[in-house]
Amino acid sequence: MAASSGQVKASLFVTCIIDQFYPEVGESTVRVLQRLGVELDFPQAQTCCGQPAFNAGFWSDAKPLARRVLDHFQHSEYVVVPSGSCATMIRIYYPELFHDEPESLQKARSLAERTFELSEFIVDVLGIADVGHLIGDAAQSDMQKVTYHESCHLRRELGATTQSRALINSLPNVELVEMDQAEVCCGFGGTFSVKYPEISGAMLQDKLDRIGSTGASSVVACDCSCLMQIGGGLEKAGSGVQSVHLAKLLDDAIGQKPRANG
Amino acid sequence: MQSRIKQFPQLSSEALANDQIQKNLLGLYDGFHKARISASEATPNWDELSDRGRAIKEHTIENLDYYLEMVERTVTAAGGKVFFAKDAAEANKYVVDIAKVRGVKLVIKGKSMVSEEMGLNHELEKAGIEPVETDLGEYIIQLADETPFHIIAPAIHKSKEEVSDLFQEKLGTPRMTEITDLAMEARRQLRSKFINADMGITGANFIVAETGTVALVTNEGNGRMSSSMPKLHIAITGMEKVVPSIEDLGIMLRLLIRSATGQRISSYVTTITGPRKDDDEDGPEEFHLVLVDNGRSKLLADPAMRESLYCLRCGACLNACPVYRKVGGHAYGWVYPGPIGAIVSPMLTGLSDGKDLPYASSLCGACKEACPVKINIPRMLLYMRHQLAEGDNYPEHKSAPFGEAMTFKLWRFALSSSMGLRVFGGMARILQKLVAKDGRITKLPPPLSNWSKLRTFPALASKPFRSRWKG
Repeated sequence: MAASSGQVKASLFVTCIIDQFYPEVGESTVRVLQRLGVELDFPQAQTCCGQPAFNAGFWSDAKPLARRVLDHFQHSEYVVVPSGSCATMIRIYYPELFHDEPESLQKARSLAERTFELSEFIVDVLGIADVGHLIGDAAQSDMQKVTYHESCHLRRELGATTQSRALINSLPNVELVEMDQAEVCCGFGGTFSVKYPEISGAMLQDKLDRIGSTGASSVVACDCSCLMQIGGGLEKAGSGVQSVHLAKLLDDAIGQKPRANG
Repeated sequence: MQSRIKQFPQLSSEALANDQIQKNLLGLYDGFHKARISASEATPNWDELSDRGRAIKEHTIENLDYYLEMVERTVTAAGGKVFFAKDAAEANKYVVDIAKVRGVKLVIKGKSMVSEEMGLNHELEKAGIEPVETDLGEYIIQLADETPFHIIAPAIHKSKEEVSDLFQEKLGTPRMTEITDLAMEARRQLRSKFINADMGITGANFIVAETGTVALVTNEGNGRMSSSMPKLHIAITGMEKVVPSIEDLGIMLRLLIRSATGQRISSYVTTITGPRKDDDEDGPEEFHLVLVDNGRSKLLADPAMRESLYCLRCGACLNACPVYRKVGGHAYGWVYPGPIGAIVSPMLTGLSDGKDLPYASSLCGACKEACPVKINIPRMLLYMRHQLAEGDNYPEHKSAPFGEAMTFKLWRFALSSSMGLRVFGGMARILQKLVAKDGRITKLPPPLSNWSKLRTFPALASKPFRSRWKG
């Protein structure tokens, strides 16, 4: 699948949570992809994939937003999403949502084939599992120990368990220390954490304990929703462990200021 | 069984505050859960086996009427009687009537989740008949007058000290600290029950349609004793437990046992085809099979819910579920807990009564990953949420809170154009100045205040990504 000749063109679906809460993760995503030679565009009409309403059962409210995504990314060669959860919404749940609307279903299936979560896109589409060689001497820094939280949709709906770990492991100044039960949910689950903050909090507490046991200075994940829960919990607990999106980790190692984007 | 399904929020809070329950639940991940993973990894072509198992269930459920008729024919031909019960009341009446007519005083029972659904023990007691559970876990919870905490390990929430206290109180035994002593005491108590019982009741893990055979999986041998020692044996199970052939049974047993306990095979697998024949050395003189609907037709009738009938009741989804591992089995308020319980319990007892259950999931999908027949539980939870919120298939159960419905209407309006997002985002940025400090909100206003008890919440960035992009 690796694109060997010519520049790969892709559209960024940045996700509403990154757009509004973590724009610096969006900027890291841009710098990393541009460094890897991707010609990136950002359709300004994009807002949200509709997942919050879909997960809460309000499919009639999710559909108009999903249709906007189908339309605005209709002509994109690839769509890159720096979130396993939002990529799942597009790839797995749009075809489900439109199962009885033939025209939208066709668009949804076509979009599903072109949509990738960031680590999947880098490893499976670009064919780059090792970014270590892109690190210049100037970017060399002290060794840092990180641990990785496996986000649920990325693992169980998209089936991507190795890509992000390969990318982290390819960074020479980063040591990946696996936490116990890395694949267990952090307890976020969107509306779940609002409806059942205590159960969600108990799940979070377990996750924080396991992160703490690794001795890592950062916990890396591919979803800002998990990082909102985990990072919020770490901060509340007064922990010094940082919560870091994979894009930021890669950006710190290999990113460079893009010409067109400052 | 009396449903407390409406009380999930309260019952789950109680479980979270119960140290003993929390301690016992901690063992599930390294115990049953990892044992299942090791067993499946040690099985060549597990994934293929799993697909075959699913295909068998798909085929059988799609042709359930055909296979149920076949069961009736083959069980009858083997000398047994088949009774189709449309609900718990019919099933109870059938069993209690037989017991009365035969003058039964003492019933020994193998483990049966369907009899829990029916509240059968209570009905037998009302008729002056003593039912005795013979599975050790079931025996413990019967003494404690509780319901199963876990599908395959009903008393997993109890410590050995609690069991010792229970035995002391109910059986007058001295204090014991060793599990083997407690098990020996239960064995001693049960021995006379096995010998004196007039009737045995068991569940059925599978029914083989072609041969009329009932299959029982146990590790204690109590299923075999309950089905062969008394003169009268009644097997009770859900109507979805049919498989077409003995070959299919072989596949299903491999999937069930590995997924339940991580064993390659359980200590006992008992197959029973009708009552004792003339040249048999033992077995009951009379055999009945009670097949219970009790709401399963509703699951069958809805294509979106049908795959819930593929469930083998192995409990793997419970062990895999991070929510079950926090709130345990009693929080779910009815017979079936955990992910499969969140599907089946509301559908069998009333969707609007059980409306909290489909939302009590982070949709992490660990259940789907663990299921030996790949039941897509998250997809069904989403469907149930949709039906509760605004769906057309269960109109009498629609119950979306008004505030939540309005919130999503507003949210949809705000995000229906990039202009809307800019305008509403701008307003939110002004409003958040009341609560945000240094880029974070440490105390959210109600109804979100509980969220921020354990986590800070990020403030909206002063400039969103869309305004920073200069591509």
